[in-house]
Amino acid sequence: MVTCPECENAVVPAGTPVIGEIVECGECASELEILTLDPIRAALAPEIEEDWGE
Amino acid sequence: MRGAEPFAVLASRVRASEKRILEALSRRGIAHRHIDSREWWHRLGDRVPHPIVLNREIGLARATYAADALEAAGATVVNSARATALCGDKWRTSAALVEAGLPTPRTALGLTPEAALTALESLGYPAVVKPLQGSWGRLVSALPDRQTAETVLEYVAALPSPQARIVYLQEWIAKPGRDIRVIVVGGEALAATYRRSEHWRTNVARGAVSELCPLTPDIAKLAVRAAQAVEAEIAGVDLIEDETGAILVLEVNHGVEFSGLQQALGDEVSVADRIVDHLLEKSRSCSE
Repeated sequence: MVTCPECENAVVPAGTPVIGEIVECGECASELEILTLDPIRAALAPEIEEDWGE
Repeated sequence: MRGAEPFAVLASRVRASEKRILEALSRRGIAHRHIDSREWWHRLGDRVPHPIVLNREIGLARATYAADALEAAGATVVNSARATALCGDKWRTSAALVEAGLPTPRTALGLTPEAALTALESLGYPAVVKPLQGSWGRLVSALPDRQTAETVLEYVAALPSPQARIVYLQEWIAKPGRDIRVIVVGGEALAATYRRSEHWRTNVARGAVSELCPLTPDIAKLAVRAAQAVEAEIAGVDLIEDETGAILVLEVNHGVEFSGLQQALGDEVSVADRIVDHLLEKSRSCSE
């Protein structure tokens, strides 16, 4: 479980979390990036850049 | 540990699709490394310790240069630098599709917004203007008439980047409120989805709903040929149906997201496992 830095909601990643994983806060819909696993910490994910896509 | 991990996955954002791929590699006991592209750098002339690199970098500029550098350093990159460059540019994609004889909407390129306005007289209205690069339907604009075109192109003319002022135009296709996304891996179409929307831009990122589409032989064949035309080994091929029901190839995505499709597919096909299968096949063919 990580705490959303935007709204302090508790966010539980699906399955086994991995570093760099993007998870969405169910409360405020912020995208979070998992930074460390032990202890598990997350920060707001980087803003979408102009050339991002699939 | 150099040389101990033949496979690497290059990605800055581990989205659901990347996580599925990493999980599939781990579950199958395949030694691999996740490389965060925000930290990756390369000294020219060095060899890389990972012979096979799956390029899942979300940023086109980073993905293109990484693929170039990795290939020059001796790695096999999936998708290749050439495929990434072709898929990342709508004009180059369209040119490759036409070269391969595949059906695609009538397309034109204007080197200036003024030239684009002239080209539109030939292409006819309604039409669509799209940025050469970009995903998720961003900045794609409908041009129902000349008046709208003049307005939109005036904005295009004011854009700061020289490349952004190169204008990609396409005829308007009156599609039936949906398009078709086909996942192709290693020359095989795995599955297809309809993306339905009330909005004319049927991107999932814009709220379109995804549901399974029957993978007919015609759809599968067209998608595989489209992926081959741009040399993409892993591809999300976008198809649209016109008023007559004919299917046209719209574009090919080199870094396809598939988690939504996977949820719809259930256990029928594991896209991540098929990607891993393809990497293993590449590894075998590279070592022969």
